[in-house]
Amino acid sequence: MRIIVCVKQVPDTNEVKIDPETGTMIRAGVPSILNPDDKNALEQALLLKDEAGAHVTVLTMGPPQAAETLKECLAMGADDAVLLSDRAFAGSDTWATSNALAAAVRKLGGFDLILTGRQAIDGDTAQVGPQLAERLDIAQITYAQSLEIDADTVRCQRLLEDGYEIVETKTPALITAIKELNRPRYMSIRGIYDAFGENANIKVWGVADLGIDASQVGLKASPTSVNRSFSPPPKPKGKKMLDGTVDEMAGALAAELKRLHVI
Amino acid sequence: MHLQLTKQQEIIRQMTADFSAREVRPIAAEIDNTETFPMQTVEKLFKIGVMGMNLPREYGGAGADEIAYAIAVEELSRACAATGGIVAAHNSLCCWPIWKYGTEEQKNKYLPKLTSATIGAFGLTEPNAGTDASAQQTVARRQGDSYVLNGSKVFITNAGVAGIFVIFAMTDKSLGTKGISAFIVEKGMPGFSLGKKEEKMGIRASSTCELIFRDCAIPRGNLLGKEGEGFKIAMSALDGGRVGIGAQALGIAQGAFDEAVAYTKQRVQFGKPISYFQNTRFKLADMETNIQAARWLVYGAAFKRQTGKPHSKEAAMAKLFASETAMEVTTRALQLHGGYGYIRDYPMERMMRDAKITEIYEGTSEVQRMVISADILK
Amino acid sequence: MTGDSRTYKDVWVFAEQRGGRLMRVTFELLGKGGELAKSRGSRLCAVLLGKDIGGLSQELFAYGADAVYLADNTLLAQYTTDAYTSVISDLILAYKPEIVLYGATHIGRDLAARVAARIDTGLTADCTGLEIDTDTGLLMQTRPAFGGNLMATIVCRNHRPQMSTVRPGVMDKPARNDRKTGAVIMAEVCLTPDKLRTRVVETVKSDTPPVGLGEAKVIVSGGRGLDGSQGFELLNRLAGKLGGVVGASRAAVDSGWIGKGHQVGQTGTTVRPLVYMACGISGAIQHIVGMQCAGTIIAINKDPEAPIFKVADYGIVGDLYQVIPALIDSCDSAETLLKTRK
Repeated sequence: MRIIVCVKQVPDTNEVKIDPETGTMIRAGVPSILNPDDKNALEQALLLKDEAGAHVTVLTMGPPQAAETLKECLAMGADDAVLLSDRAFAGSDTWATSNALAAAVRKLGGFDLILTGRQAIDGDTAQVGPQLAERLDIAQITYAQSLEIDADTVRCQRLLEDGYEIVETKTPALITAIKELNRPRYMSIRGIYDAFGENANIKVWGVADLGIDASQVGLKASPTSVNRSFSPPPKPKGKKMLDGTVDEMAGALAAELKRLHVI
Repeated sequence: MHLQLTKQQEIIRQMTADFSAREVRPIAAEIDNTETFPMQTVEKLFKIGVMGMNLPREYGGAGADEIAYAIAVEELSRACAATGGIVAAHNSLCCWPIWKYGTEEQKNKYLPKLTSATIGAFGLTEPNAGTDASAQQTVARRQGDSYVLNGSKVFITNAGVAGIFVIFAMTDKSLGTKGISAFIVEKGMPGFSLGKKEEKMGIRASSTCELIFRDCAIPRGNLLGKEGEGFKIAMSALDGGRVGIGAQALGIAQGAFDEAVAYTKQRVQFGKPISYFQNTRFKLADMETNIQAARWLVYGAAFKRQTGKPHSKEAAMAKLFASETAMEVTTRALQLHGGYGYIRDYPMERMMRDAKITEIYEGTSEVQRMVISADILK
Repeated sequence: MTGDSRTYKDVWVFAEQRGGRLMRVTFELLGKGGELAKSRGSRLCAVLLGKDIGGLSQELFAYGADAVYLADNTLLAQYTTDAYTSVISDLILAYKPEIVLYGATHIGRDLAARVAARIDTGLTADCTGLEIDTDTGLLMQTRPAFGGNLMATIVCRNHRPQMSTVRPGVMDKPARNDRKTGAVIMAEVCLTPDKLRTRVVETVKSDTPPVGLGEAKVIVSGGRGLDGSQGFELLNRLAGKLGGVVGASRAAVDSGWIGKGHQVGQTGTTVRPLVYMACGISGAIQHIVGMQCAGTIIAINKDPEAPIFKVADYGIVGDLYQVIPALIDSCDSAETLLKTRK
């Protein structure tokens, strides 16, 4: 079985701070991590590899330093990795990103499964998975909280807001993982020595390597663009003691809860 | 001079810190309270390759360097000293001497087990042979193709859970330390049994028991090294062991310091966080300085060991300074917590109890001073 | 699609239904979509797919739709990516809406992304704000990014339609007007079973998914001031109203009023919900460290000097056994108000 896992290097959003003046993110000192849902996707690929044997290739698009994230994936047990890195990719929205990834998948040759995270914690779009599936004209199952494979049949529990559905499809297919799918393993000591050593198994491809037109990727090709960014309105400062009768206080509190969309 | 960790060492720190935060810290208080050996954690440590990490790949190890090993023990001990100590005893005192002194046959038989599933232990200390390890009373008598062991060992880390033991015994009393030999003993060998499980002040989740040998016959092939090499094997294993305990002590100190910094920023007295007061600030400054000094001594000793040069003094200094730092830092950090430090809701009292053992085992602070001074005056 | 954007008009809303019932977010989208259509001087249309669901059209009119595109077919009985993508993409290509909104649900997000790729247009995910720029007529799509640390306004300048998924629970549900009617436009469905590559084997409903303290959006916590385990029954009722879970201080856990799994604080779980209500909790430091990152902290305590008020955004000094029942009543009336408002 051949599995391609698409991952993204993201800033640890728990550590992100915003410059209140400019409304931009302060990147300095913010650690970069392997996107959590993508880690679940990789774990699922590695579980399938442990059970039945599989070749697991990790694919990402990003700046050169995204290679660090690929090394983490290799240290967890992936077989090889591809980094799409080229200035031409910069500013790609999900539409343009899926073009580049699809071209890379085609270049990699055949596959049985593409696994990726439901969404990345920086953009939170959950769009690249389905759009990649569309580009490759294959079936998709998103929000997978379980995955079983029997010959060429893939069966997943797809999480819904009010339960889940069991969905079946045939390979090749693209599945997006949520954290309920599994518990990702740690890098192994041995894997760390290999992946972070001199000869890590990472290929770097640019637009020219993918054989696609530069007009299909990057900021200019992207239908959507950021018009402006800003800090969320700050939380009202200081405490407010409610007063009045019990009913008045309860009413004021209910109004506040309604404002917060809790009721 | 190149005072920088390698990329691999940095990533090993990240990974073990992450493991420690998610797998070790959440259960640290409970396993201390209930004196429960963290078997599931150790199974996970086998899986990620921390158990036996320094061994070459042909035996299932990762071929990791000594500094990476110290970092792993440090990060585990930062959350739970018992867990760090389990790893240190396994790697330094059982894996290492078998790899260093074992025959190819012994290595092929035992090392793959020690990197995959079987915990190791080391039996040197006896009721009457502590600091004076040369006063061994356990005897090994040659009988045909076997050695027959009689005697007992006390305070043996990992004893209750280990499958493979490196045991020291007198093969020839008349030769003194030169009459001590080392043996590989397996759990379940006839005549080998566990004695009393100790109830300890600290590192309560680690298994510490007495080992009893009653006409325990061991195949001759399980002699480790040559007859009479036992004392040398023990002392060289303890050099590595002391780097491990230094790292454990360093982890305890760092863990207590982290708690103290967080707490003093939170705790408000006289209308201000107590981190505002100079008494707190100067204490934190001293703690941090000592911890950094301990860290360089530990990594320095690990580095020297990695180069293969003699490092008994460096290991002794690292262990001495780091363990006394752990004791001092935990005591001060507890004091900064006031009454909350003294109750079990906070990890301070556990860390302070745990710190004490690092001044005692694998050579007391006094033994370390003996080793260091002997080297100075040799 | 690119081309002359002036040929695109109308605002469309994907009318998500499950098992013959419209999702609440559909009404929220109709509310917002109606505002957008008004600014653009165009119509608000709903797109309704399913099997035997034509009857829902009237409900869509009542909430503001001027027209409903209806696709009624056995192969649409359950949501599948392939079937829904195909039908909606064909409709968009045929009728050229200017704006299409989907609920950012597990179905809406699965569908909208695939449609956007098929018809080659932009899509903005999980929007919390939508408005028309008066100068350009463009849809300004505002959404949180980087875990809510940053807000970004996204535009889709040259591709049409402009499409967004919209976070449920953010837009207001409009008033219902049962007298309003509209046109039903039957959509042609050209699907064959072999085009559907996924098959829904079974759908499993769960009543309330068990939410852990760590993930809860709302936590109602009780402490020593509850004076007994009966207090947690009251907190349970309130938590149920607010879609939250019950937490506790160490004092309440140690008194045996509630299980250890509910404990928030140093020795319990560290939480960061949107709303944290501390009822009868004095606010010892080991509790505070576990909940101070909550979005909004509400404290109810008899003692005006209780340290919990120092970290609270809203404080009520009073008897929780009076305040909480009154709050539950207020929640009920707020809900009724919402339902009956015309």
